[in-house]
Amino acid sequence: MADTQAPPIRPEFETKPGDAGHIGDVARPLSAWERISNITAVRRLFILLVLVSAWQAYAQFLDNPLMFPTFAEAMTALWDASVRGPLLERIWTSIRVLMMGYAAGIALAAVFTTIAVSTRVGTDFLSTLTAMFNPLPAIALLPLALLWFGLGIPSLIFVIIHSVLWAVALNTHGGFMSVSETLRMAGQNYGLRGLRYVAYILIPAAFPSILTGLKIGWAFAWRTLIAAELVFGVSSRSGGLGWFIFENRNQLETAYVFAGLFAVIIIGLLVESVVFRTVETHTVRKWGMQR
Amino acid sequence: MPPDAVGGAARDSAHPLLAVDGVTLQYKTREHLVTATYRVSFKVYSGDRFVLLGPSGCGKSTLLKGVGGFMRPVEGRITLKGHSIERPGPDRMMVFQEFDQLLPWKTVKQNITFPMLVSGRCDRAEAEQRARSYIDKVNLTKFSDVYPHMLSGGMKQRVAIARAMAMGADILLMDEPFAALDALTRRKMQEELLQLWDDVRFTMLFVTHSIEEAIIVGSRILVMSPHPGQVKAELNAHQFGHDNLGGEGFQALHGRIHNMLFAERIEEERARHG
Repeated sequence: MADTQAPPIRPEFETKPGDAGHIGDVARPLSAWERISNITAVRRLFILLVLVSAWQAYAQFLDNPLMFPTFAEAMTALWDASVRGPLLERIWTSIRVLMMGYAAGIALAAVFTTIAVSTRVGTDFLSTLTAMFNPLPAIALLPLALLWFGLGIPSLIFVIIHSVLWAVALNTHGGFMSVSETLRMAGQNYGLRGLRYVAYILIPAAFPSILTGLKIGWAFAWRTLIAAELVFGVSSRSGGLGWFIFENRNQLETAYVFAGLFAVIIIGLLVESVVFRTVETHTVRKWGMQR
Repeated sequence: MPPDAVGGAARDSAHPLLAVDGVTLQYKTREHLVTATYRVSFKVYSGDRFVLLGPSGCGKSTLLKGVGGFMRPVEGRITLKGHSIERPGPDRMMVFQEFDQLLPWKTVKQNITFPMLVSGRCDRAEAEQRARSYIDKVNLTKFSDVYPHMLSGGMKQRVAIARAMAMGADILLMDEPFAALDALTRRKMQEELLQLWDDVRFTMLFVTHSIEEAIIVGSRILVMSPHPGQVKAELNAHQFGHDNLGGEGFQALHGRIHNMLFAERIEEERARHG
């Protein structure tokens, strides 16, 4: 401390940036292996292959197609059920019901959110309802739904609405609330008011949250539907995918049960990674609102 | 001294574009009712670069929001071209300090055309043409189809200024538009803004807490004192720009304003310590 000296006074100089050539290339291409292992899809595919071969090996070792068919048998069943059997028809029935419920749920969520953003009582109303109903599994309402609407599509739609409504309303409302004050003022500055203000400013600004709500709502609805269909087939003979699984279990066609489960997974993945991903890349990612 | 006695004599015959007359503005926080400005009066004439200058808490931003129509005065009147201001509207375009004032889902050009279209000011062809001309004016020609998240802070503020100017609003309201920029960019933006004013001769009301910026950008400066915001002085600064930055007159005015703001603080301290 006592020895602290003034730093030495050094001469000033100016310099020009020199040629960096002797370092070598500024950017060097990665090797083929490095590039391939950087592709997420490739790495995931590899994991899938490992899982599939483990399954195939174990099932062959078990040799009990009634309890645990091999992967090859399950795939054959999937192919057979889609080409010759009723699988596609069942899927179509499920999707149709799902779409009706999903659309109705979103429409109701829009109404609820509109009420919530326009008044303080509305906000409290929505918060209370979501706090109450969000933790309640939709499938738990099925007995009531059956009592009120009987066996059939209306009951399914009722439980789907319940599973979509709260997730979408909660996220949309949260999204509206978090729109920045500056953006709000900019919108009002343009002379936008009422519904035009909501449509031109609030909805696009809250779109990341709205999209999250739609995704969660979709996942809830899809699971709820399959679960509900397992409890009862849709009234007439045209049951859905859940019914397909249930029916085949009753007939001990275990490979077809697996085929049904695969169909559930594939549709879930397709919607998630094709439909929602496409919407995302064309909206929130393009706008830099989400990475 | 009444606010217009300094330079008003010659202009009394002309009608002011914007008249703020004895305006008191209050807003509520969770616990308090805050009086932001108390009986503030000033007049802005067409072509003015009118600066509201003061320390934080003098209600200059609140005053701008009042003119913007986002707040109603508790007392007094704000009139634009003789009409009382009731609500926000596209005749008073705001430029905010925050970079997130651009709509992230629209490209630079769409951000500029959008307000013209939704406010019904002009049809699509005219809006496009105006947008293009103002994008050129703020040197963003290459970026007209880019989304805002790909722009730097300074570029975003230029878009906001272009958007406000393309509207052909009666008055531009600028709320510390360069405060969040780095010093070099800020200086460049001030120069560009003055250049634009030379070209187009718009009217602006500009809020800042920097004395230097007020003198460079403004043609007339309203100095305000805090808690609650009141008018302390109205000064002329039309003769100063970047060129006179180190000059004597510039320094004298800077010192004068500095003393005004600083004296206030000393008085306050004295009052507090009894």
